[in-house]
Amino acid sequence: MSTELCGLELEHPIVNASGTFDAIAALRTFGDEVLERFPFAAFVSKTITLKPRQGNPPPRLWETAGGLINSIGLPNKGLAGYLEHDLPVLARLPVPLIVNVMGFTREEVATLVAAVAERDEVAGLELNVSCPNVESGLIMGADPRETAALVHRVRPLTAKPLIVKLTPNATDPAAVAHAAQEAGADGVSLVNTLRGMALHPRTGAPWLGARTGGVSGPAIRAIALAQVAQVAERVSVPVVGMGGVETGAHAHALLRAGAAAVAVGTETFRDPRAGARIAAELADIGRDRRVSARL
Amino acid sequence: MNRTLAPFDRRRGEVEQVDRVGAYLRLLCSDPGGPAPRPGQFYMLALAAEWGGGADERPYLPRAFSYLRHEPGRLEFLLEDVGPGTHRLGAARPGEGIWLLGPLGAGFAAPREGRAPLLVGGGIGIVPLAPLQADMPGPALLGFRDAAHAAAGELMADVTLCTDDGSAGHHGLVTELLAARLDEPVEVYACGPPAMLEAVRLMTTQRGVPAQLALESGMACGFGACFGCVVPTRDGYVRVCVDGPVLEASDLEAVPAH
Ligand SMILES: Cc1cc2nc3c(=O)[nH]c(=O)nc-3n(C[C@H](O)[C@H](O)[C@H](O)COP(=O)(O)OP(=O)(O)OC[C@H]3O[C@@H](n4cnc5c(N)ncnc54)[C@H](O)[C@@H]3O)c2cc1C
Ligand SMILES: Cc1cc2nc3c(=O)[nH]c(=O)nc-3n(C[C@H](O)[C@H](O)[C@H](O)COP(=O)(O)O)c2cc1C
Ligand code: FES
Repeated sequence: MSTELCGLELEHPIVNASGTFDAIAALRTFGDEVLERFPFAAFVSKTITLKPRQGNPPPRLWETAGGLINSIGLPNKGLAGYLEHDLPVLARLPVPLIVNVMGFTREEVATLVAAVAERDEVAGLELNVSCPNVESGLIMGADPRETAALVHRVRPLTAKPLIVKLTPNATDPAAVAHAAQEAGADGVSLVNTLRGMALHPRTGAPWLGARTGGVSGPAIRAIALAQVAQVAERVSVPVVGMGGVETGAHAHALLRAGAAAVAVGTETFRDPRAGARIAAELADIGRDRRVSARL
Repeated sequence: MNRTLAPFDRRRGEVEQVDRVGAYLRLLCSDPGGPAPRPGQFYMLALAAEWGGGADERPYLPRAFSYLRHEPGRLEFLLEDVGPGTHRLGAARPGEGIWLLGPLGAGFAAPREGRAPLLVGGGIGIVPLAPLQADMPGPALLGFRDAAHAAAGELMADVTLCTDDGSAGHHGLVTELLAARLDEPVEVYACGPPAMLEAVRLMTTQRGVPAQLALESGMACGFGACFGCVVPTRDGYVRVCVDGPVLEASDLEAVPAH
């Protein structure tokens, strides 16, 4: 079931969702089996920022009904640390590498895109626009004009595929997706986590160190399906769908809704090779449908 | 090395038996093809059926557990029922399928030259110390709430017991027993509730005694994927699941309270 995504040849349509699989930590835990049996058709890095970030104070996790709320806070080594320490290791992966970047100003994003895109190890980029532009105060991906201005700024910096990761916490994600496409994005991905909160069972104070966090997992599957369908109707560029995918049937639903590829996030925490399992289940569904179509 | 690599797959084992050890539950299961873990390493466990749909629709994610004993193809765990995940595992019936991922993380290291191991455990925190003692014999100072919990002291040898309520052994805290031993050439191996570990950290660092602490933290994945399980160290946050769960007391800023 090979797939093409924004010009990248993928062995199957399942990739990982940014921030839910650390290939380097997996190598420390599982050894070279990670390279030999890599579960995803492309590897999407966790978001990197210009400067290193520690991330949010713990606790960072809350298990909610059918899902997870996280307030990880994008810890990362920063651009220089990523290029020096992580990229050489990630270059050993047997699949294309997509690097997810986020900046707090347009110029920061431009610096990140230029520096990452010029590296041969990098096949494509994903722009995480779920953060405020500190200059305008607006969430970059919450407003079509903000998103368009950002994509306009960075598009000329690289010919490599540029995917805009939309936030579901926007009034009209399809309008944002359309704006990204018109400004030159090669694809869009969604959904990122939805804002959520939990209270400490004894004290009643916010449980998460950052007060609120992002909800992921089965709890958001129906919302993700609706948003992916809505976006896919509005744009002609490929859509990477994600949100609560646990089985081939869930991935199949997103493809039916118009996605070109599917990302698996939280399910990987329960099953580190979920990507490969879901790809195999999806292939079975495809085979069954072709058989029944002939009958 | 204090880390056995985990097979890159969750394995399906079978629950063989669940029995009581004092106030705790012991779960025995098969672990087909699983490698031998190192003391201090842990597993992520989830039952194959009815994992979810309990109170608040939980559990959803697998849960982290130190192993109590390993023999080829079999593992033993000791559980304290504190919520939906541990409750469901404790209610498992023989023959039920169980998902195992592991062994995970970095376990205990050998003591430094000229030092003998001294084991300090509190409550359910005695679990990783049992396989450690089997590999590396040394006296164990164990603290429990009461006599019912202290019955788990049977799982180890050379034990000095204490209880919070005085119903078994010394009446008081295990750290009181530890304080009397810190002039000896020992290396401390400790696991237990955060307040106990924080006291051990302070005592040992003040006295210049090396200590290896096996920490707990809320975990979603157990293999470094989520960045959810961090604790503060002098080098910033580290992930308990890949950089620990055993960490040097002198590297920690504090043992977080919850
Ligand atoms: C490396 C390691 C080794 C361990 N070894 C053992 C062992 O050998 N034996 C053993 O019994 N336990 C062990 N634990 C602890 C065990 O993992 C937890 O007790 C278990 O995950 C609790 O799950 P639960 O569903 O029963 O309880 P939960 O309801 O998840 O509650 C456990 C604690 O988590 C917090 N909490 C409550 N609700 C939530 C929520 N919705 N989301 C997030 N947090 C919540 C509270 O602080 C609560 O006290 C170990 C933990 C680690 C990290
Ligand atoms: C623990 C955690 C960390 C995440 N980190 C990032 C991140 O660094 N960058 C990003 O764009 N999305 C991040 N996400 C969002 C996921 O990529 C994905 O959009 C979301 O989790 C929905 O998919 P899922 O339900 O399959 O998990 C994170 C999600 C989780 C659960
Ligand atoms: S539990 Fe996910 S990184 Fe440690």
